[in-house]
Amino acid sequence: MIRYGVKVIPREVILDTQGRAVSQVLVQSGFPKVHQVRVGKWIEVELNLPEKEAHEEIQKIARGILINPLLENYEIVKL
Amino acid sequence: MAKRIGILRFPGTNCDSDVFEFVQLKGYEAHWLWHKDQYDLNGFEALMIPGGFSFGDYLRSGALAARSPVMNSVRHFHGRGGPILGICNGFQILCESGLLPGALTKNQTGKFVHRSVNLQVVSHASFFGPQKETLQLPVAHGDGRYVISNPEELEDQGQVWLKYQSEVNGSIHQIAGVLSPCRKVAGLMPHPERAIYAWMESQDGLGFLP
Repeated sequence: MIRYGVKVIPREVILDTQGRAVSQVLVQSGFPKVHQVRVGKWIEVELNLPEKEAHEEIQKIARGILINPLLENYEIVKL
Repeated sequence: MAKRIGILRFPGTNCDSDVFEFVQLKGYEAHWLWHKDQYDLNGFEALMIPGGFSFGDYLRSGALAARSPVMNSVRHFHGRGGPILGICNGFQILCESGLLPGALTKNQTGKFVHRSVNLQVVSHASFFGPQKETLQLPVAHGDGRYVISNPEELEDQGQVWLKYQSEVNGSIHQIAGVLSPCRKVAGLMPHPERAIYAWMESQDGLGFLP
């Protein structure tokens, strides 16, 4: 069993409305130094595959389903 | 025998009955298509994907529905040149499935927008009207901001179908609806099925089915 984490973050060119809302609340809540917040997702995937195949599989899963390349960037981390 | 139109249903679809009634009102025979099943759609006139929150908008709006078994039948239907219309969440599903270009994400304001909007018809779909140049239709969405990396190219190719006449959700070029290169697949954020009776704010939805 191999575990991966997939970090998904909105692309810089796409306005991150969640991040903007959280940022505004942080500033209002006594953290005036907050300049920017970006909100993404963390997805953990366990695969029943040998390591080499698992690495290819998680790339396919991430690019094909977990993210939309028009909206998001991603990074895969082996756990 | 009346011509048949298939209407897709996913868990979380909630505009299905309205679309069903619209289809019947226009004299077609309406058929439900369940997300887990695959169908032989030979003889169907068109398919419609209604709005709602399929799979609770998990992962991204339309992302999980776009990978459902019924979508294999939809792709097959498209391959044979069949017309397909996606409304609201249906539009998001068509973008996520790659049948339409671009993507839809959170409204620029971060707020759900539900009101009547004025639209300009920029180019014409091959099956789904409307014949008028301007329309008034209701919108109700949180993820309606249309995003694409090359909007000029889309405009040049005549794939921009509808545009908002004023700012609604932050969509690039104020795009409200788009077409596939063959014009047979069409998607829009506004709801034609909510503008079909005299007691509604507008009846401009009627023109979306021939």
